[in-house]
Amino acid sequence: MTRVVYSEGEDRHATPADYLSGGWSIRSWLLTVDHKRIAWLYAVSITLFFFFGSAAALLIRLELLTPAGDLLSAESYNRLFSLHGIVMVWFFLIPSIPATLGNFLLPMMVGARDMAFPKLNLLSWYIYTLGGIFTIVAVIAGGVDTGWTFYTPYSTLFSNSAVLAAAVGVFIVGFSSILTGLNFVVTTHTMRAPGMTWGRLPLFVWANYATALIMVLATPVLTVTLLLIGLERTLGIGIFDPALGGDPLLFQHLFWFYSHPAVYIMILPAMGVVSEIVACFSRNPIFGYTGMVLSIMAIALFGFIVWGHHMFVSGQSLYAGILFSFFTFLVAVPSAIKTLNWTATLFRGRISFDAPMIYALSFLELFTVGGLTGVFLAALALDVHLHDTYFVTAHFHYIMVGGAVTAYMGGLHFWWPKLTGRLYSRAWATTAALALLIGLNLTFYPQFLLGYAGMPRRYHSYPDEFSILQVLSTLGTGVLALGYLLPLIYLSWSLRRGEKAGPNPWDAKGLEWQTPSPPPVHNFRETPVVEEGPYAYQ
Amino acid sequence: MNAKAQETPAIEDPPIGLKLIPEQASDYAQQVDFLYYALLGISAVLMGVLAALVVLFAVRYRRSLKGERGERISERSGRRLEIGFALLLCVSFMGLFYWGSRLYLDLYSAVDTDITVDVVGKQWMWKFQHPNGSREINTLHLPVGETVELRITSQDVIHSLSLPAFRLKRDAVPGMYTRAQFTPTRPGSYRLFCAEYCGTDHARMRGKVVVLERSDYQRWLAGGVDTPDRAEAGAQLFQSLGCGACHKADGSGLGPNLHGIFGSRVRLADGSEVVVDETYIRDSIVDPQAQLVAGYQPVMPSFSGQVSEEEILQLISYIQSLGQPLEADGEHD
Repeated sequence: MTRVVYSEGEDRHATPADYLSGGWSIRSWLLTVDHKRIAWLYAVSITLFFFFGSAAALLIRLELLTPAGDLLSAESYNRLFSLHGIVMVWFFLIPSIPATLGNFLLPMMVGARDMAFPKLNLLSWYIYTLGGIFTIVAVIAGGVDTGWTFYTPYSTLFSNSAVLAAAVGVFIVGFSSILTGLNFVVTTHTMRAPGMTWGRLPLFVWANYATALIMVLATPVLTVTLLLIGLERTLGIGIFDPALGGDPLLFQHLFWFYSHPAVYIMILPAMGVVSEIVACFSRNPIFGYTGMVLSIMAIALFGFIVWGHHMFVSGQSLYAGILFSFFTFLVAVPSAIKTLNWTATLFRGRISFDAPMIYALSFLELFTVGGLTGVFLAALALDVHLHDTYFVTAHFHYIMVGGAVTAYMGGLHFWWPKLTGRLYSRAWATTAALALLIGLNLTFYPQFLLGYAGMPRRYHSYPDEFSILQVLSTLGTGVLALGYLLPLIYLSWSLRRGEKAGPNPWDAKGLEWQTPSPPPVHNFRETPVVEEGPYAYQ
Repeated sequence: MNAKAQETPAIEDPPIGLKLIPEQASDYAQQVDFLYYALLGISAVLMGVLAALVVLFAVRYRRSLKGERGERISERSGRRLEIGFALLLCVSFMGLFYWGSRLYLDLYSAVDTDITVDVVGKQWMWKFQHPNGSREINTLHLPVGETVELRITSQDVIHSLSLPAFRLKRDAVPGMYTRAQFTPTRPGSYRLFCAEYCGTDHARMRGKVVVLERSDYQRWLAGGVDTPDRAEAGAQLFQSLGCGACHKADGSGLGPNLHGIFGSRVRLADGSEVVVDETYIRDSIVDPQAQLVAGYQPVMPSFSGQVSEEEILQLISYIQSLGQPLEADGEHD
């Protein structure tokens, strides 16, 4: 059990004010350095961007209902998928779990009063917002049509769109990632409560810690790459364009050196969330804690040496391709171990099916499909056939939406009572979780079939025969939309009308549950002393 | 007719129904499909086991069911399970890795080929030129049973030539040549796409591969406008651009003798060595000073902007036709 120690001079009977009681003035939010309030600033911002990016996706899906390019012009279509990618990757997925749930929970889970650098934490949100403004400016200035990948020399010399504004937006938001990462790393190293050894850290903390390391190490490469794009586009300095003596493959190497690890920035925190949920709702300690930690760290490490698998058909050396294929197979092993361990955690448990658990089990299905199809893409000759087809689109949406977003929704439902002190409607939450599972599979499964049949990505119009699968996919989007809109409604409703949750409605074991809901400003009345591992379920 | 409409030719999709496994128009396609089936099989087993376990546990250990649950798995057996599973995956992954890599090398490594077709991508069309000089746009005619090498480049942004029926795809990258080779085994019309996003009309950059019986292919070639063959066109260019004034066949010119130079190794002014391949010849035409052969003065002007990518390919074909490489040693030292 966790013991509490009273600090001197503190009134042990006073009920401390919760973090929301400090008022609702604009000032109290925009100048706060409380990690819990900053988490909310992020939550609101990324939700706005999420629906912005989803609107783009919806228009894309509607265009693809018919083979001919009839709803949108080719220019608009290209701008929409570029916007969808840029917004979803940098303004939703990368900050999603770390900046909201991570920000709120990481200090509480290690038994700290706040992040190591509370002001940097707020600065990071302002930087995010500034980057977001530039992206909106890019949209108002006519949009960007390079795809989220900004491939050269198209982006530097050929694209006649607001590439610079968009690149500046992404450039800026990178610093926000770096600061968040720095804060997480330092907090985990230096702010752990007495008794909170590394071997007792919840897997959610481990996952966010590994993510933070990737953020700090990989993001600067993206920053430099975008700077080089800016130099080539404005000053005509030849770096990537062969007509100026540059090398277009160099861009791909630099871009994926960041963007592949970025995939793990998105999925590792999701794995952390799922570990917490699966343990709590099966009343079992997580199976193979050490194996889970090693897997997290192995994924973070191997994630840095597989970037070339995005370039198997690009003209990079064939032997480089073979090496990258080898490492890509290897990086699949720790992910598979994690899947094994989540499943084994269910064994001889006492499983209940509250909404968070439905999301977690959905994650298990969706992530496994995404992971296994990743193995298809690791095999060189198969990748040649599947590269840049809908198979790839389906694969990474299973990971990014099926994995990361589903886990984010699961985490939101798991910790909502802690965040707000309120419970939401169980029936509606179950409906939304099931809509998400069905919608995701219906949207993205047909895309695997399209891909093997040969249909390329980013096509505004397409041969007639592919339309039946495209129509199914668009239908899925409708179900999926339900899965996202419903929580917006019932969660908002619960804020005022929801039943009071109490400190620990799920009877969970983490430190964050040992304090009132919503938590007091300084999280704990007294510094907790930890005397056992994170999953002491009986 | 405005200029823009001429830029993007009408799309001709071959009339193929929806096939979840596309036609296997080469033996290679069949081999790739075997790998696909193997992976589908493995995935089905793993997904099946996972789903069965989750459903079984969800039912058997549901919270509403009271009663003892029995011992949890001990840490020792747990570790064994993890390591065993990891080893099993590693072994099967290494098999798949080897399988995929072998096929990859078959597709992309140069071997003896019967026909080399030059491919130039541009926004938004594919331009093909056959060895006999015949050219076509967005449609590629090929004879059945002959091994075709594609020599691919781009004159603007990156494109990617995708031929699903042959399980083949290769990027067209400006400033370099990529290659892929395949042997069509079944006459018919097959899809051809640009797979790398290349700007506004990316989706219109598609067409078809038409595989013909050999005799039909010969008839098709003969039916074209009477054009000089590719190497001959290169020779004419070589003359009209005045290359021969310096690159004399007897070696007495200001520039190196090009006979037998293709495929050989030459020493450069900075002391390094390069193999004279397509990319080196292209670089020497557009930026001659960058990789100067040792012993020669930097007097050659750049022809960048004066010759198109197709013309550079013709010049390369001409230089290739000037005989086999001599033994490299000693020639330039």
